[in-house]
Amino acid sequence: MVGYIVQRILAAIPVMGFVALFVFLLLRLTPGDPAAILAGDTATPEQLEAIRESLGLNDPIFTQFFRWVGQLLQGDFGTSILSGKPVIELIGDRMEPTISLALTTIILSVTIAVPLGVIAAWKQGTLIDRFVMLLSVLGFSVPVFVIGYLMISLFSMELKWFPVQGFRPIGDGVGDFLHRIALPTFTLTLLYIALIARITRTSMLEILGDDYVRTARAKGLPESRVLMRHALRNCSVPIITVIGIGFALIISGVVVTESVFNLPGLGRLTVDAVLSRDYPVIQAVILLASLIYVVINLLIDIAYVLLDPRIRYA
Amino acid sequence: MSDQTATIAPPARMSPLVRTREIVLSSPLVTVGTIILVLVVLSAIFAAWIVPHDPVRLTPSQRLKPPSETYWLGTDAFGRDLFSRIVYGGQISLVVGVAAAIVAVVAGLMLGLLAGYIRWIDAVLMRMVDGLMAIPSILLAIAIVSLWGASLWTVLVAITIPEVPRVVRLVRSLVLSAREEPYVEAAIAAGSPTFLIMRRHLVPNTVAPLIIQGTYICASAILTEAILSFLGAGINPETPSWGNIMAEGRIYFQINPGIVLWPGLVVSVVILSINLLGDAVRDALDPRMAKRGLER
Repeated sequence: MVGYIVQRILAAIPVMGFVALFVFLLLRLTPGDPAAILAGDTATPEQLEAIRESLGLNDPIFTQFFRWVGQLLQGDFGTSILSGKPVIELIGDRMEPTISLALTTIILSVTIAVPLGVIAAWKQGTLIDRFVMLLSVLGFSVPVFVIGYLMISLFSMELKWFPVQGFRPIGDGVGDFLHRIALPTFTLTLLYIALIARITRTSMLEILGDDYVRTARAKGLPESRVLMRHALRNCSVPIITVIGIGFALIISGVVVTESVFNLPGLGRLTVDAVLSRDYPVIQAVILLASLIYVVINLLIDIAYVLLDPRIRYA
Repeated sequence: MSDQTATIAPPARMSPLVRTREIVLSSPLVTVGTIILVLVVLSAIFAAWIVPHDPVRLTPSQRLKPPSETYWLGTDAFGRDLFSRIVYGGQISLVVGVAAAIVAVVAGLMLGLLAGYIRWIDAVLMRMVDGLMAIPSILLAIAIVSLWGASLWTVLVAITIPEVPRVVRLVRSLVLSAREEPYVEAAIAAGSPTFLIMRRHLVPNTVAPLIIQGTYICASAILTEAILSFLGAGINPETPSWGNIMAEGRIYFQINPGIVLWPGLVVSVVILSINLLGDAVRDALDPRMAKRGLER
């Protein structure tokens, strides 16, 4: 078991290494002087020289890359052009809204989507199934900001149930926190339900055709018990996998949702960085998002073994 | 000789035209979707003849007007006709969708063939694919646009790059399973050159899945373009694209929600139609995949 976990961790390292290399090369391969790009349009020649010095642009490119990775490993993600603050500090300040939104979305969408997928598979070909499938195609098709603005115009402007924009930390009171994060969560949940319900349905369909499900039915078990104990339990692996895959989707969704609802999170930070071409911030957000993605997938690989004894850690 | 083979061949092979008709008529939703797509494509091509107003002319006296007989969907904050801008916006979205699909499929096909066939390339390329897939595609696109500056060309590259790894993986897995087939082994044993084996035996196996994947990429590229423009990381804001129109309408949402919602409706319906068409093509070309439904 420990050997398996170590092996998975070792396999994740080259992936992160390539992400770092890609982000590094993206800046170096951009036409023009990397120092000028990092310094922004208003930089003085002295500032440019200082950045050139700190990047060591005169060294061979391999030396530059490994020195940069060394700095990253020590938590040095560079300095924001816009605010002059260390990027790591900016990111730390913006974590809470993003993590809150991601967690509320995952919890809500798993709660809704897994039963939907199970029912759709159980009642395959019926109206309920068609409805779930249409809902899931819709989720892939409607841009998340369109859903967001529909929510605002319906629930904030017409019904006045929720505030249009803004965020309250959970520390200031759970009620207020939930009230303000509700609309962004609903918005993102619609997108995420599409993905989870679809995969749940597909895996359930496969399992419902298996012999042991027929046996369970044949020996007269109630249908609910067949679905829950025999079928759904064996679906846990694909469902967990899709939650992992969906994480990449959720990061993209969070960037957009935060900017619709004006939440001061990482997404908002990224969008502001794009508008001011603050590359160090964008670079750090990419590295962080990819790291989270890789770590989550690592945890999922480990969860497989715990959830499904049929999978050997080989 | 050729006559003889023709009589032996099963007559069940449908012509592409019959096949297309069958796919389009497979469900009412797909039929409606296809009609909408054809209308949108035609209106984008013939935009100059259709639109009632110049999409970029500013008429400050007519700003933020509600829908009327002159301005079918109302006007935006600069007094430009919303309907005309949406019709023109289709040009950008469709060009981006089709171009991204073609480039990603061609690049992914070539890289996937190499990875599936040549071991050492596979090892390197798959690490790169894993790395690229770990980066959320919107963030990757945002980074590229913010570095290279916003132009149609940059946006296209930024949207296409994150799609390529998915195609590479698909093609690689198809090639890996096709390689094991006796006819490929026979070709290798007979000493056929690698290039010929790829062209004659491996590529044909990838055609159906790639057509399906291509439609999904087209839909996802249109979605990404809209999101990038909406976030301010898309093409020049003066060019009407669906994302740009919505981005400009954001601050006036409480006065005239239509500036955001009309283009939003159009972009959603178009992407939905492409996805439905993709599903229908998948069901028709690859019944095995349709049963499993595991392609996304």
